[in-house]
Amino acid sequence: MNVASIIQFKNVTKRFGNNPPVLDNVSFTLERGKFYTLLGPSGCGKTTILRLIAGFTEPSEGEIWFNGQKINHLPANKRQVNTVFQDYALFPHLNVFENVAFGLRIKKVKKTEIEAKVKQALSFVNLDGYEYREIREMSGGQRQRVAIARAIVNKPEMILLDEPLSALDLKLRTEMQYELRELQRRLGITFVFVTHDQEEALAMSDEIFVINNGKIQQSGTPTDIYDEPINRFVADFIGESNIVEGKMVEDYLVEFVGKKFECDDKGFNANEPVEIVIRPEDLEITTPELGRLQVRVDSQLFRGVHYEICCYDKDDNEWLVHSTKKAKVGKEIGLSFDREAIHVMRLGETEEEFDRRLETYADKGDSAQWKVN
Amino acid sequence: MESKLSRNLYSFSYFLWIVIFVILPILLIVYYSLFDIEGNFSFVNYQKFFTAVYLKMTLSSFWYAFLITVITFLIAYPTAYLLTKTKHKQFWLLLIIVPSWINLLLKAYAFLGIFGTYGVANSFLKIIGMGEQQILFTDFSFVFVSVYIFIPFMILPIFNSLNELNPTLLDAARDLGASAWTAFYRVIFPLTIDGVKSGWQVTFIPALSLFMLTRLIAGNKVITLGTAIEQQFLVTQDWGMGSTIAVFLILIMILFMFLTNTRKRGV
Ligand SMILES: Nc1ncnc2c1ncn2[C@@H]1O[C@H](COP(=O)(O)OP(=O)(O)OP(=O)(O)O)[C@@H](O)[C@H]1O
Ligand SMILES: [Mg+2]
Repeated sequence: MNVASIIQFKNVTKRFGNNPPVLDNVSFTLERGKFYTLLGPSGCGKTTILRLIAGFTEPSEGEIWFNGQKINHLPANKRQVNTVFQDYALFPHLNVFENVAFGLRIKKVKKTEIEAKVKQALSFVNLDGYEYREIREMSGGQRQRVAIARAIVNKPEMILLDEPLSALDLKLRTEMQYELRELQRRLGITFVFVTHDQEEALAMSDEIFVINNGKIQQSGTPTDIYDEPINRFVADFIGESNIVEGKMVEDYLVEFVGKKFECDDKGFNANEPVEIVIRPEDLEITTPELGRLQVRVDSQLFRGVHYEICCYDKDDNEWLVHSTKKAKVGKEIGLSFDREAIHVMRLGETEEEFDRRLETYADKGDSAQWKVN
Repeated sequence: MESKLSRNLYSFSYFLWIVIFVILPILLIVYYSLFDIEGNFSFVNYQKFFTAVYLKMTLSSFWYAFLITVITFLIAYPTAYLLTKTKHKQFWLLLIIVPSWINLLLKAYAFLGIFGTYGVANSFLKIIGMGEQQILFTDFSFVFVSVYIFIPFMILPIFNSLNELNPTLLDAARDLGASAWTAFYRVIFPLTIDGVKSGWQVTFIPALSLFMLTRLIAGNKVITLGTAIEQQFLVTQDWGMGSTIAVFLILIMILFMFLTNTRKRGV
């Protein structure tokens, strides 16, 4: 356990009754002062992870460590953690001010200090002047912001946010994303942020955990996860992607849609079946002659910044293209892409195996460099 | 047009019901209270009510009703709380509610047997070496039996309000540093206060006018307003005085309802 780590899950499994586990042998370490995001589909176990960290529930198996101390049975009120709940969980019998002041009152903070801190927290979430409103008089988005204020006002070591921006309109949401990130940097508090929204995850996080079915599929920086998704699930969940089947002919040469392409991947068996990911924004529209793929435009949507163009090749594989150029529906076009745009995924590879394979590339690169030097 | 007509018809029958069964009887009681025992119009009954005898009776009525309500509450709240934590809570609740369907008189007679000189309670006291005690016809037995009778009525509204409580609110309180006890008195109790108030109403108000138990269980050692009314009507045949006491009983009830019916808060 190094000094930087604040929380650690060691082989944590969580079961409810005799059902299959909700979390299945999950291990990870979170470092102090970073912004983490848990990303995954509904029911994958995100809230359960937060509840385990906060202390509302105990793991069925495994250990949870906080600041070098095992905390499996430590009650929630003894943990230096505050939560923004998915359903806000504001106290309906208290007004906005008293909701936010709740934690400070329990800590017996001086009255004048409480006043100042609550005001500051409310102003942070753009709710100046709402102190004496009742909770039932607040809109959904306003309640959500009260919940955020109630957590941050305590300045704990760690804040858990369960989809804290889901009820806000796009503008306020983007604003709050910036402000939360800024606050996190300024206070150096560790944030664990849950969201369904992959764009939000990519924009805000130091590190993302992609979860599915109670298992961490992949963790890494937003660029790592976006550029090197480990499997079809991650590739699909993080942004839109074109995924086709193919095979690895040899190192640096992959075959799909009946053609061979040079690529950057290696370390596979000869002719090993693989899956290929190409991001829609890495595809460029050209003439059929110049294109590396020939497809027919099926439909087109204007998305504001770009056009989303849906095409099919002659094998009926779907190709999604993001382009600033317009295409004509029904027309044959060519798609070109760089060698780096091709990302090869081994079937059924675990995160450790994936990391080990990536390391072998790096090792080779290093030794080559060594020789040159 | 038709819906308006039928709405008027409904509200009319509602008013009719209220007038016949609530307003008229109260007016009748007020009317009777204005006549002395010889049937002459006078305020003598009201003068009598403010004498030491009746004021003491009112006070003792209050005292017993209060005692009964507090003890019932102290038993009912934790019970209701534990009930909401059990697996088949509706079933356990039903078990507690069912005895309240049994006639009050039957239960009173059952306690006569249990608390009697040769009853179960005394056999037990003998076994543990406390010897035979006079249990029946004491304050203790009166309060005990009353509490027993009122417990289900107190549990029901409290159980309902606890059951409606969002459990994440408790998590939120703990999350913000509250111990189990702090979370209870800062969040759980305030949010179930409406259930508690209904519980107090359905216990305190009937307890004020308990009269049968005072005779059967307390052996007339405890005189409540209820007993007094019964005595005035059936024994003394002084309907005027009985009505006067009833008028005050009604006033007290209204006051109590008013005090416990504060604005409801919540989302
Ligand atoms: N107390 C419980 N008893 C039984 N099953 C539970 C309990 N709490 C959660 N689960 C189950 O655990 C799984 C994960 O739930 P969790 O709340 O962690 O999902 P989530 O990832 O937060 O989903 P969402 O994005 O919809 O909030 C779900 O299948 C849920 O039904
Ligand atoms: Mg959730």
